[in-house]
Amino acid sequence: MHGVVDVKDHAAKSSETPSGPLLEVRDLTVEFATRRGTVTAVSEVNLTLAKGETLGIVGESGSGKSVTSYTVMRILDRAGRIAEGSITFSGMDVAHAPESAMRDLRGREMSMIFQNPRAALNPIRTVGAQIGDVLLQHVQADARTVKEKVIDILKQVRIARPEDRYHAYPFELSGGMCQRIVIALALACRPQLMIADEPTTGLDVTTQKAVMDLVTELTRERGMSTILITHDLGLAAAYCDTVMVMEKGKVVETAPAERIFRDPQHPYTRKLMRATPRPGITLRDLLPEEPAGSPAQNPPPQARTSAQAAGAPATKVLLQVENLVKEYPRQGAPSAFLSGLLGKKAPPEERIFRAVDDISFAVLKGESVGLVGESGCGKSTTSTMVMRLIDPTAGRISFAGEDISAVPAKDFAHHPMRRRIQMVFQDPTESLNPRYTAERAIADPLLRMGGMSGGAKLRARVAELAEMVGLPQNLLERFPHQLSGGQKARVGIARAIALDPDLVILDEPTAALDVSVQAVVLNLLEELKQRLGMSYLFVSHDLHVVGLLCDRVIVMRQGRIVEEGRSQQVLDAPRDAYTRELIAAIPHPPV
Amino acid sequence: MTLATADTHPRGLAATLAHARYVISDNPVTGIAFGMFLVLVVCALLGPFIVPYDPLASDTAAALQAPSAAHWFGTDNLGRDIFSRVIVATRLDMAIAVFSVALVFAAGGIAGIASGFFGGWTDRIIGRISDTIMAFPLFVLAMGIVAALGNTVTNIVIATAIINFPLYVRVARSEAAIRRQAGFVQAARLTGNSEWRILLTTILPNIMPIMMVQMSLTMGYAILNAAGLSFIGLGVRPPTPEWGIMVAEGAAYIVSGEWWIALFPGLALMFAVFCFNLLGDGLRDIVDPQRRT
Repeated sequence: MHGVVDVKDHAAKSSETPSGPLLEVRDLTVEFATRRGTVTAVSEVNLTLAKGETLGIVGESGSGKSVTSYTVMRILDRAGRIAEGSITFSGMDVAHAPESAMRDLRGREMSMIFQNPRAALNPIRTVGAQIGDVLLQHVQADARTVKEKVIDILKQVRIARPEDRYHAYPFELSGGMCQRIVIALALACRPQLMIADEPTTGLDVTTQKAVMDLVTELTRERGMSTILITHDLGLAAAYCDTVMVMEKGKVVETAPAERIFRDPQHPYTRKLMRATPRPGITLRDLLPEEPAGSPAQNPPPQARTSAQAAGAPATKVLLQVENLVKEYPRQGAPSAFLSGLLGKKAPPEERIFRAVDDISFAVLKGESVGLVGESGCGKSTTSTMVMRLIDPTAGRISFAGEDISAVPAKDFAHHPMRRRIQMVFQDPTESLNPRYTAERAIADPLLRMGGMSGGAKLRARVAELAEMVGLPQNLLERFPHQLSGGQKARVGIARAIALDPDLVILDEPTAALDVSVQAVVLNLLEELKQRLGMSYLFVSHDLHVVGLLCDRVIVMRQGRIVEEGRSQQVLDAPRDAYTRELIAAIPHPPV
Repeated sequence: MTLATADTHPRGLAATLAHARYVISDNPVTGIAFGMFLVLVVCALLGPFIVPYDPLASDTAAALQAPSAAHWFGTDNLGRDIFSRVIVATRLDMAIAVFSVALVFAAGGIAGIASGFFGGWTDRIIGRISDTIMAFPLFVLAMGIVAALGNTVTNIVIATAIINFPLYVRVARSEAAIRRQAGFVQAARLTGNSEWRILLTTILPNIMPIMMVQMSLTMGYAILNAAGLSFIGLGVRPPTPEWGIMVAEGAAYIVSGEWWIALFPGLALMFAVFCFNLLGDGLRDIVDPQRRT
């Protein structure tokens, strides 16, 4: 299937670049030796990358996109080996090159940007010293000139006050700034090929845009080739010349970026594209066209014409937040040091950091409200306070007419209101006790607060909940590590709705899931809301996702609410400049 | 040694067994350690019934005999069969080790979890207590405790538990602190569990695997400690068969050429300590998710 597309593509490419491609991978098969025998992670992958070209490898988890790029750099785990195929990098046979040659190649000719910039930097050395190491290692500078060159590189990656930042440690820099340092490291020796493995996952959309724009600009002006590995079709579309879609270790489609979105050939590509949230669609549009094609475990939710339709008639106020404030004492040394670096003299009264700064909002019965903002905007602090896991510094939280902020957080576990406010967590894996089976996890709230004490009644209720969230009964006795991401998300949702709560707080419930799973989970949440008449407070950084599920959106920035309104109105005609910036920063396929 | 996951479903148990088999085939030393452990358990349980002689019966006519077919490990100065005494002593030495480890696990483990989970003053008080214990040379502290409390086996158990306390506190504290804000702990709060219930039913089972490793490693140390105290005349009193005392008794005869009196109980001691150390390493491999590739 992919062969046809491939051949055409290669023909086109070779005519463009008569000097031959920079990187050519032929029939690459990579195997991993595990205790259950050999697992083929990548099979028969072909790819060609011309000089100056940007290739996007798109796929969901387990598609082999990272393994492919690791193989190109020959930094596979020791269990993995190249079973078949060849890798040619500017005329050199990478698959059979000795390790010493590869060491020289890595960093100088090809380099890599990793997913988590903080983990990629040594926490106890200054960033300047770390960039300097790379230059010295590859004889790009000597001891006298190294500092000057490092500062020059820092300037190129748009780091303000590079002379000061030369001496900064990674923990003193923000996530986006750390990623710039990692880019600086990768570009220090002017390599010909850069592999970026999910370079912006975990960064805010506006930071993502800044980082990606920077990468594109730098690679373009140096004539570098880039491989961008991502799960985000929108990102690949916005920044790549060619897009290669992978599924289960195989390349299903390779085509120029604009063509793959205009005219996707493979059903899997079409499925991915449908599942990617974008403006002007409804939740139902995210699901595959023919549900029979995929193993649909739950009945398809009722189609909705618009996100607002259902929420409109509700009028009763369920949750009322008034003048909510949460203050934290600032950490002494590091922040004083940082503010010194930034040249801002902090007045003594600014020793207190206001994470949430005097916000008020309401959630009506049966309504879903989105709380949107970038990291550090206070949205999670707000939801944790509403959840009554931490105490607010000031302000009032009324739930169903009762002031629940008066009850200390540590006593709230026994409060009768506890069962009426529940939560679905961000990371389905981390929020399930690894030693509880799915059944035990769902039963936990019923045992503690549902007045049930085991037996047939409990089992029946758990089975009913599992059926509601579309979790097959035979999976109930499994442990979290034996379930897939989507199944774990279902267990988390079943646990949250077990006590028929009035308000469910959704803390980025789909952030850790693949887009196709996200599509299913979002539809499930919508269906459950319709069925059980719950209200949602949906905390997210992704305006598109929030727009799909929520009736109203609250945009937060630096602890304050900057904009509030109906989803469609906020998305289509944002009033605040910051909201406009947020919306503009979201990359999406050109459809 | 599937105790770590004994509370899990049969499917989980079967998986653990399969994983244990995989680890053992990957590292045969672990298999040997399990074999050695089995030998120790059999000796401890059945010791008095399987030995050829009464371990306390002296026979001056047969004193100081070198190892032979009749007396495999020879006889001591009172003509007691050393083989029988070494085997019978297993129960006492193992009992001291097991009880002291159980005691320190209960006290130190819970204190450590509370310390890591609650933080603040709980952490400070428990931390200072364990720092104080660690400030002493541990064996000297154990000597002091036994000397002060009285010369009994119970006090050896208590002293051994006390000197191991800081180790357990530290391991449990760091493991609990990692999980304090984990999603599943927050979820347990939301489902109405009180803090102490979360500590005992959510945190404790999750750090059990690492505690098992710790327990196995300190078992060997506890045996050595008990034998050491007996060696210098504290705790167990003659004529009770105990490895430490037997080594002490035999030490005097090494110069005159009767090496077997001290050697065989010493080897038994080495066997037991070695067994628990290897077992600890093997258990760590079994419970360490990093190895589950």
